[in-house]
Amino acid sequence: MVIDDLMEIAAKEKAARKPWVVRCCMAAGCMSSNSRGVKEALDRAVKEAGMESEVEVRGVGCMKLCCQGPLVQIDNEKPGATVEVTSVDHSPLYEKVTPEDAASLIGTLKGGKTSVESADPNQPFFTGQMSIVLANSGIVDPERIESYISLDGYDGLHHVLREMTPKEVLDTMIKSGLRGRGGAGYPTGLKWATVAKTPSAQKYVICNADEGDPGAFMDRSVLESDPHSVLEGMAIGAYAVGANQGFIYVRAEYPLAISRLHTAIKQAKQLGLLGSGIFESPFNFNIDLRIGAGAFVCGEETALMASVEGKRGTPRPRPPFPAESGLYNSPTLINNVETFANVAPIIRKGAEWFASIGTEKSKGTKVFALAGKITNTGLIEVPMGTPLRRIVEEMGGGAPDGGTIKAVQTGGPSGGCIPAHALDTPVDYESLSKLGSIMGSGGMIVMDEGTRMVDVARFFMEFCMDESCGKCIPCRAGTVQMHHMLTKILAGKATIRDLEQLEELCDMVRNTSLCGLGQTAPNPVMSTLRFFRQEYLDLLQEDTLGPGATNPPQKTVPAAN
Amino acid sequence: MAARTFTIDGKLVTAEENATVLDAATEAGIDIPTLCHLEGVYDVGACRLCLVEVTGIGKLLPACTTRVAEGMEIKTDSERLRKYRRMTIELLFAERNHVCAVCVANSHCELQALACRLGMDHVRYDYTFPRWSVDNTHTLFGMDHNRCILCTRCVRVCWHIEGAGTKNVSGRGSHSHIISDLNQSWGSSETCTRCGKCVMGCPTGALFAKGVTVSEMERDRTKLEFIVTAREKKQWIA
Ligand SMILES: Cc1cc2nc3c(=O)[nH]c(=O)nc-3n(C[C@H](O)[C@H](O)[C@H](O)COP(=O)(O)O)c2cc1C
Ligand code: SF4
Ligand code: SF4
Ligand code: FES
Repeated sequence: MVIDDLMEIAAKEKAARKPWVVRCCMAAGCMSSNSRGVKEALDRAVKEAGMESEVEVRGVGCMKLCCQGPLVQIDNEKPGATVEVTSVDHSPLYEKVTPEDAASLIGTLKGGKTSVESADPNQPFFTGQMSIVLANSGIVDPERIESYISLDGYDGLHHVLREMTPKEVLDTMIKSGLRGRGGAGYPTGLKWATVAKTPSAQKYVICNADEGDPGAFMDRSVLESDPHSVLEGMAIGAYAVGANQGFIYVRAEYPLAISRLHTAIKQAKQLGLLGSGIFESPFNFNIDLRIGAGAFVCGEETALMASVEGKRGTPRPRPPFPAESGLYNSPTLINNVETFANVAPIIRKGAEWFASIGTEKSKGTKVFALAGKITNTGLIEVPMGTPLRRIVEEMGGGAPDGGTIKAVQTGGPSGGCIPAHALDTPVDYESLSKLGSIMGSGGMIVMDEGTRMVDVARFFMEFCMDESCGKCIPCRAGTVQMHHMLTKILAGKATIRDLEQLEELCDMVRNTSLCGLGQTAPNPVMSTLRFFRQEYLDLLQEDTLGPGATNPPQKTVPAAN
Repeated sequence: MAARTFTIDGKLVTAEENATVLDAATEAGIDIPTLCHLEGVYDVGACRLCLVEVTGIGKLLPACTTRVAEGMEIKTDSERLRKYRRMTIELLFAERNHVCAVCVANSHCELQALACRLGMDHVRYDYTFPRWSVDNTHTLFGMDHNRCILCTRCVRVCWHIEGAGTKNVSGRGSHSHIISDLNQSWGSSETCTRCGKCVMGCPTGALFAKGVTVSEMERDRTKLEFIVTAREKKQWIA
């Protein structure tokens, strides 16, 4: 494979385009409401209308407004047009399409009418978005590498392999200001440079696709909608750090993502875009999948690597960091799905372009999975620094049925609740952590007045308790006790003494736990205590004991087994 | 091997560059509380009792897995560390059923000794009273899960000193427990060599030799160390 071959594939793909493209979402959200049936019905309707030569029905990835699925959008391209639509164009986006609607939708191509409801593509939900990671999502056919190539796919990899030294790639990544999208926001270029500088004959690249936060589906969407963008990002990373083997660790609960990745890897290997001597350079790189059993802790990088090695998925103390000693004790580059998906666009469009988006310390865009008490649930990608209010009120359409938003939870079980009065906070790493929350991987759960914050805190504590790996004492036993105290508070059986003990335990678990799970498990409690303390106090019983007294014997915590 | 100079609790100390903070402290006569550490097997940093403060580092670091560095200023004792250590022990006591008065390891138990040393005179947390079982199927040894603190010493000893690979951890979180082979009774294990090293390594009354009663379970830890040292120095190849 050389660049001419790549261009030939792209040209062929473009030439084969039919005047009409009917895009039908085939990501997990819409597929759960029978979009496969819709696509088959559309195929049949095209045949019946005798329009096979004019209409392509294309299964695509996520079209973002997941709550209204199955979604279908129709593009009108002039015959022989050479450019493919590169953004969600202004044709109507049909909502809640059923197989029965297919005939009337195809009928509109000949001037017919349809009664299928459609969303206005000019509403803030769409216009507020800026797509880098999701640029191809909903447009490209995730199961055909040609479709990705026709949208400049693997151009970035070619450019890197033929025209850049690894050092130049590292410099570009550092200059872009990209930070890890897996939660902690560590500067990606710096991480790459550390791996590159650690001498070793064997290095690895791992893509963290474990995505265990409840309510989060960003990474899944990227993998289902545009798997090649992740493969390309990994290959560029491998070239920059000097690795020849990659792994994608994806949870077994994502069968569609797994199957699309299988297909994508197979196709890339067939075209020689993975394997040996890529683009006739000396660079070799292969990617294999590793399927996780869906433990939240296996998203933690050291636990993930233990799991890839076939061991029990428990974290180990760092240092050594994976960049120095990771998988099989070799230097390992581990990044999140979204982080890798940003790489090829940065190479194609330049570090300056990327660094011009976002805020001073948080560059580029961030994908969020909007969920909870909000009108528009779905996927959004916004520039860093977008005020929360803009996201939840304008784009998300506020709470449904005229409710008022009480708080927004970001960062899942490791994050916190941002109260409504702080909604003008810009979404970037620093601002969120100042509020006691975190960017996290991109889950965003909106809560309305009906939500009890102590319930929220207990929900996340229960999650951490269930997901604790059990290796270190503060997290294993501490989460059990904190969960018990929250339950006691909710049952109206706790006193101010219990609350003090809870706060003390939060501090201890946060400072003594081995890994990020335990260290952040108290966050939802501490953040709700910070902004909604009264809700806790309202639930407390009067303390009948004098100062200095200890608690009277209480009902015991339910047995662990 | 290069040496490193640094301070522990204000005391100037030198150690080899690969030494852990725990090694260095022990050599300097400073006793840092530990539970999961066992001389002879690698460290896992799991119990978090050995956490120390290091000037300039925001996080507490486990002494058993942290390597010394030139100029490091280490504090092994402070109000805050003492509080955290006491809470850790409290959490352990509330987690399973540690009833010292009827335990084979009473007065020979590292957990009990630490509780005394750290001044844990009562447990402020509600006991969970889980119903764990006792495995008495082995001909020589027994295991009482109610006393286990999941330090995984037995697992490491079994894999890395004896090389039998019988012991392992199953389940997660508070459901974690030590198993034999594929989660079967210890007595039916086909890999156990009956060497008893796990029993020697256990800090509590969880693993015991059959026939002992309250307070009788004493362990000879030096045997493990002896084996490891002998192996490293190839003492049996005379
Ligand atoms: C308990 C826990 C769960 C995590 N889960 C994930 C995850 O699902 N996906 C992910 O990318 N990173 C996760 N992380 C963060 C990873 O450890 C690691 O920092 C990240 O993959 C690095 O990639 P990045 O630099 O691109 O963000 C988790 C961390 C912790 C402590
Ligand atoms: S903090 Fe929790 S998840 Fe992390 S090592 Fe400790 S027990 Fe395991
Ligand atoms: S049985 Fe003993 S050595 Fe093994 S984990 Fe439990 S307490 Fe530790
Ligand atoms: S002895 Fe260091 S963590 Fe247990």
